[in-house]
Amino acid sequence: MLSDRLPTEGIRKKFNITKKSSGQKVVALAGNPNTGKSTIFNALTGLRQHTGNWPGKTVIQTRGTFSYGGSSYILVDLPGTYSLLASSADEQAARDFLCFAQPDATVAVADATCLERNLNLVLQVMEITSRVVVCVNLIDEARRKKISIDLEELSAQLGVPVVATAARSGLGIAELKERIHQVAFGKLTTNPRRLVYDPEIEEAVSCLEHSLKALIPPGVNSRWLSLRILEGDRTVLDAMREYSSKISYGREPAVETGHCPAGSRA
Amino acid sequence: MKQDTALPDRVLDPAGDGIIRDRVVRTIYSHAEYIAARTVKPADTRRVDWDGKIDDILTSRWLGFPVMMALLGAVIWLTVAGANVPSELIASALFRVQDWLAGLFVRAGLPSWAEGFFVHGVYRTLAWVVSVMLPPMAIFFPLFTLLEDLGYLPRVAFNLDNFFKRAGAHGKQSLTMSMGFGCNAAGVIACRIIESPRERIIAILTNVFVPCNGRFPTLITLSSVFMGGMAATAYGVAAAAAAVAGMVLAGLWVTLVTSRVLSKTLLRGMPSSFTLELPPYRKPQVGRILVRSIMDRTVFVLGRAVTVAAPAGGIVWLLANIRVGEMSVIGLLAGTLEPFGRALGLDGHILTAFILGLPANEIVLPILIMSYLSTGSMASLDSLEALRVLLVEDHGWTWITALCTMLFSLLHFPCATTLLTIRQETKSLKWTLTAALIPLAAACLVCFTVAQAARALGLC
Amino acid sequence: MQEMPLSKLPLKKRGVVTSLSAEGMARRRLLDLGLVPGTAVEAVRRSPAGDPTAFSIRGAIIALRKEDADKITVSLH
Ligand SMILES: Nc1nc2c(ncn2[C@@H]2O[C@H](COP(=O)(O)OP(=O)(O)O)[C@@H](O)[C@H]2O)c(=O)[nH]1
Ligand SMILES: [Mg+2]
Repeated sequence: MLSDRLPTEGIRKKFNITKKSSGQKVVALAGNPNTGKSTIFNALTGLRQHTGNWPGKTVIQTRGTFSYGGSSYILVDLPGTYSLLASSADEQAARDFLCFAQPDATVAVADATCLERNLNLVLQVMEITSRVVVCVNLIDEARRKKISIDLEELSAQLGVPVVATAARSGLGIAELKERIHQVAFGKLTTNPRRLVYDPEIEEAVSCLEHSLKALIPPGVNSRWLSLRILEGDRTVLDAMREYSSKISYGREPAVETGHCPAGSRA
Repeated sequence: MKQDTALPDRVLDPAGDGIIRDRVVRTIYSHAEYIAARTVKPADTRRVDWDGKIDDILTSRWLGFPVMMALLGAVIWLTVAGANVPSELIASALFRVQDWLAGLFVRAGLPSWAEGFFVHGVYRTLAWVVSVMLPPMAIFFPLFTLLEDLGYLPRVAFNLDNFFKRAGAHGKQSLTMSMGFGCNAAGVIACRIIESPRERIIAILTNVFVPCNGRFPTLITLSSVFMGGMAATAYGVAAAAAAVAGMVLAGLWVTLVTSRVLSKTLLRGMPSSFTLELPPYRKPQVGRILVRSIMDRTVFVLGRAVTVAAPAGGIVWLLANIRVGEMSVIGLLAGTLEPFGRALGLDGHILTAFILGLPANEIVLPILIMSYLSTGSMASLDSLEALRVLLVEDHGWTWITALCTMLFSLLHFPCATTLLTIRQETKSLKWTLTAALIPLAAACLVCFTVAQAARALGLC
Repeated sequence: MQEMPLSKLPLKKRGVVTSLSAEGMARRRLLDLGLVPGTAVEAVRRSPAGDPTAFSIRGAIIALRKEDADKITVSLH
């Protein structure tokens, strides 16, 4: 679970995020490619970030600001990803941002016309951070295709607020702002659905997590990192080196595995 | 049992067989299925599947490629046909301002070098770039964006993938090439969507074979003058458009050949896995796209004109007018390069213009014109006809010269901005140099072959 | 019930994924797209150049090359 310690400003600087004031909140937009993230970004910030109907249009993170309820927000439009178990350069960038820059709120954008496949990423985002608002976009297309979605039930199942939007026409954007505000300021406590894996994996995770905590900056999700390391994702080790001052280059992070019962290695 | 072990060896999935990954993904998907089953009432399956019907045509065995060619042809035809009149209007307006400016300098009693530098160097290059670049780009990009917003680009990638696979490259290279039309630097950045490092480098190294914003208008101008008889008749417009479309296809062909050679030599390897989502077609917001992309392109072209073309124009004017003995600096350079230029079907001035045009492709033609003008009499260049007179009557261009110049423009080294971007994206000086040398070699090879073949066949 | 590589699945036919033999990055990619055992897949259309083939997977249309589809086994009912 993500602890609620203050995120490190130093790491955010590595992502070129510098706040104008300490009250300013950082909000990330994550989601599958082509679900309308950039369109939502434009609707929220009034900027004119390029959009296009193909996966891969956005490859660099764009930043914009908006104000709501008397506070100011930095919004980051991340490249689309099918999962956070990253493989391409743009996907790694999105993953590193969510994991290490620790946004105050993350909007997980899902395509209403194929929710099931989009939930895959939404659940992964909720695994990294609990401060999530799920945005079910393209609701106009879903309605046209006569797909109906029970938003209340979805919110209950996920344990985070859910907003339906049609970003192109601006539908639901006001409500989205309100939810972002609530989550970013902790006015609304989320209770994200917890993914539990088979006992073997869980056991390995808990012992790895224990040793990992000493090596990573406060607030970074050690359970999630442990899972990635267990899976054999080497890129996550590179990211740890880059964003954690406690691990220096050229040295593999040594992990104390003494707490693990014998035979629990992956 | 206490022991310290280096992380990777101890806990990383040692065989890389992904067993843990499999279980993790399966667990997540089972949650997704569970939640979706409880919250989504699926679509009525009897609905007409319009996306499927459109794809049946756009990716069909018989119509897939013809439709692609027709769309390419139509977009370029509209660009050539539509750009002609506004180009001439802007040109005549801007060149009237030039005369007025020149008068102003004279009346103010400023020295003639000041008039030359600011009016004939800075201002004229600016005016040329704006009048030649702006209209075609303000027509091409809205059309391109319409196709992009419809969802046609992934279909292009779907249709062409097999060619890229056989070239050892990645199918998403068609998408990164599409971005190259706007600007090769943007195309190079877009290559981040390609996961395999080998195929990503191939895509980066070959992106320059797509004519960018700065070269497209050059191709259109030369095609209009030489292939389209000033594009004054409907037939002329069609011929010019066909020549430009031919250039785009030639670029695609060189891309495939180069990719193939690279995957057999410097970047040896098998094609990696490739997955591409074909999103549903979406109705583009036509009005908004037109306004947005016309504005964006205008800002882009004007921005480049002011920041790059104008200062470069001034510098080149100096090079064209500072004399070393009998010759201007540019004249000397051109004289040295003359034999090389001739062998490639060009001349020394053309080659010099390409070299001095390294900062931005937009300025290659203006440099060439200035360089030609510095050797002879002054003409006012406010129409295609004036350009034709300068090139053909004063400097002996034939259609082979025009063709070789177009090919050289299409294939030569990327502009400085693109090279810097390649440096950033690959973090390697070696690949940056390779990215400059491969296109240069391709340009020389192709132009040499064309020129020598034409000479041997007695075509010029 | 008949098993075959996904690449052999005839157009307009549906199969259910039984196993994956891809490795490394390719395997990750396929899993991320939802190709876990038990997933229903339909072959939708083929590129005019003969390859790749587009499949309907969990509500999206995804194109796979023959080489990748070879590494997925499906059962046909
Ligand atoms: N009908 C409809 N189309 C949308 C909506 N949101 C985005 N789009 C379109 O979906 C496509 C992808 O949008 P984009 O913002 O580029 O997606 P991204 O890749 O997630 O950033 C574009 O063609 C948008 O115009 C929406 O709510 N309704
Ligand atoms: Mg985007």
